[in-house]
Amino acid sequence: MSGEKITIALAGNPNSGKTSMFNAITGARQHVGNYPGVTVEKKWGHISLNGHDLEIVDLPGTYSLTAYSMEELVARDYLIKQKPDVVIDVVDAANLERNLYLAVQFMELGVPLVIALNMMDVAEGRGLKIDPDKLSRLMGVPVVPTVARKGKGVKQLLGEAVETALRQKQWRPLELSYGPDVDQALLELTGKFNGNSLAWSPLGARWVSLKLLENDAEVQKQVSQDPGLAGHMEPLRQKLRDHLRLTMDDDPEGVIADYRYGFIGGIYRQAVQETRAQRLELSDKIDKVLTNRLVGPLILLAVLYGIYQFVFWASEIPVGWLEGLFGWLGGVAEAAIPEGFVKSLVISGIIDGVGGVLGFVPLIMFMFFTIAILEDTGYLARVAYLLDRVLRNFGLHGNSVMAMIVSGGISGGCAVPGVMAARTLRDPKARLATILTVPMMNCGAKLPVYALLIGAFFAAREAQMLFALTLVSWGLALIAARILRWTVLKGETSPFVMELPPYRLPTLRGLLIHTWERTWQYIKKAGTVILGISILMWALMSFPALPEDQAAAWDAKVQAATTKELRQEVEYHKGQAELAHSVAGRMGRALHYVTAPLGFDWRTNVALVGGFAAKEVVVSTLGTAYSMGEVDPEDTVGLSERLAKEPGWNPLKAFALMLFVMIYAPCFVTVAVIRNETGGWKWPLFAVAYTTVSAYVISFLVYQGGKLLGLG
Amino acid sequence: MENFETLRMLRVGQQAVIKKITVGGEMGRRIRDMGIVPGTVFTVMGRAPLKDPVEIKLKGYNLTLRNNEADHILVQTEEG
Repeated sequence: MSGEKITIALAGNPNSGKTSMFNAITGARQHVGNYPGVTVEKKWGHISLNGHDLEIVDLPGTYSLTAYSMEELVARDYLIKQKPDVVIDVVDAANLERNLYLAVQFMELGVPLVIALNMMDVAEGRGLKIDPDKLSRLMGVPVVPTVARKGKGVKQLLGEAVETALRQKQWRPLELSYGPDVDQALLELTGKFNGNSLAWSPLGARWVSLKLLENDAEVQKQVSQDPGLAGHMEPLRQKLRDHLRLTMDDDPEGVIADYRYGFIGGIYRQAVQETRAQRLELSDKIDKVLTNRLVGPLILLAVLYGIYQFVFWASEIPVGWLEGLFGWLGGVAEAAIPEGFVKSLVISGIIDGVGGVLGFVPLIMFMFFTIAILEDTGYLARVAYLLDRVLRNFGLHGNSVMAMIVSGGISGGCAVPGVMAARTLRDPKARLATILTVPMMNCGAKLPVYALLIGAFFAAREAQMLFALTLVSWGLALIAARILRWTVLKGETSPFVMELPPYRLPTLRGLLIHTWERTWQYIKKAGTVILGISILMWALMSFPALPEDQAAAWDAKVQAATTKELRQEVEYHKGQAELAHSVAGRMGRALHYVTAPLGFDWRTNVALVGGFAAKEVVVSTLGTAYSMGEVDPEDTVGLSERLAKEPGWNPLKAFALMLFVMIYAPCFVTVAVIRNETGGWKWPLFAVAYTTVSAYVISFLVYQGGKLLGLG
Repeated sequence: MENFETLRMLRVGQQAVIKKITVGGEMGRRIRDMGIVPGTVFTVMGRAPLKDPVEIKLKGYNLTLRNNEADHILVQTEEG
């Protein structure tokens, strides 16, 4: 009986230890991807056991199997369409009643099921005496006690799962009673299925009827494709609804849920002994401090600030290494490849592009590491609890704050890890609103631009200006979120009701696996897009090259220069001429009429085009455009002095430009990440469009308003 | 409903029994999924700094929900 391939789906509530179980089973041999068409993460792994080839698929953590959230729909769809050989439902033994609610729904569906009674140690610590054999007898499915974090019981669990898969090849739905009214309606509905029910394999007619009574949108859609059925269903359903409303003042969903809990309650009382009264757990005591109304917010601020400091401090050194490495590679290419097109492509297109992808890796790694700590300890749920009331006003969620701070809510963040941090949000609309607005925060790449312009025009009030820009970015991001939630992301927020899981010490192994798989996903998926756009940006700034006669004339001038300084100056002027001749330069000139009302000239426009590569490129491109060579974003004093003296520049224009840089199109790395996180090009393109239009409108109002007030 | 209170009206530290959920659809479903069903005893553990959301403890675990969700949960306090 060897050699059989068995697919095992791993299911369970969030916080039930399902992820630990998956890690304990598959170790580091995991694959990560997405379920087709949605952004829900799919993880799977292969192991072999007693000659069987096991594929373990980690379903998204859910509390139920309804059609309300993406996670639930994905989990249910997977079960129905892929028909795994067996489902392991990981339940939290310390939290058994609610966890069995999902188990009962698997039993209703009829999939071959094994229950992993996880976190037995925690349950025992709380004085719960659970009899697994009795539980198994009463539920009618195998039950295996486990402690996934310590790897206890995992072998037995897998053995039981394989045995169940080999023994039970058919789906066997549990026929639960939901009270006389619902049962009667189910019987009538099911009768209408005869003959048509084959199309529903492996689903039983009773399950489909049950879902119809529960008002399940997805099943209704399926049934409506069969008009013969749909015609019969609707009147019956309506009759039951009216009847229950009249007799019990409740709806079928409520009644059905109550009967499920009734069934579970009966089993629970027989299989579990509570040996002592409920008391304040350690976790509750910690919460007395961490979610205290006065101290809680202060600790929260400290934690968020600490994370921010840690992420950027810890990644500084590896980022430096990577910069060094790519600088060195650039140098090697500089020496090895003959002057010309290929050299420019390799250095400015490819090496800078790959460097751009990898340069963000340390940041992303450390950010996901800290998020994993917050998630695994349970503190992230408290962040949402403490901040929800404030952020809800803007159509966001308590957990949005994390993404906003990482993106630059404290000046110097980065929207790339910030957008990815929005993964912790389960409400899809609040999540999108967060993703679309965090690029407005003051990321580290905008700071050199601010430093340049503040140095030139607001030198006396440096600190105040930076602080004002921080406040403006928070205000704008929140207002933008509010407007998005009123318009393109209109609609009810998902219910907030959320578990506050007990505080736990995370395991290092779990943290490392989390961090690594998310980082790898970024490299793999965003990487190709980023490299592609990087080459495109390089082409924009380099082509078309100067016509041969002009290029020759410049070369002659360079040759004729007598001193080193003179030659450099001529080369800078040549650089300016080349930039002006390029597509980007032409775009800058063409846009002149559009941006004139903001006070921007063509040089500024070219710099802004270049800024799409990364905002600090605005500085180096301005340098080239002002014939000063490529100015190092770290050292802008020279350019700053030049701008201060340049006719056409004044504090008002500088301020309008700073606002524009803050708001306009996210850099293309962020755009690539938005594409990844939203699963398509629609939202990243929308983000580019709406931010650029907003930037234009706001800079226009500020510049023209300022001129009216005589500030210009 | 007779003279039940809603969960929103409870003070921190108060214990009560859930009597009825008065909302259907997604919100009703979520509330029930999380184990908030008639007959369950719970304690109000705390409120966030701006008094919303509220935290409760039931069947050995902790949940938080917004006040506008708590409005749909009718409860009976021990003394009431």
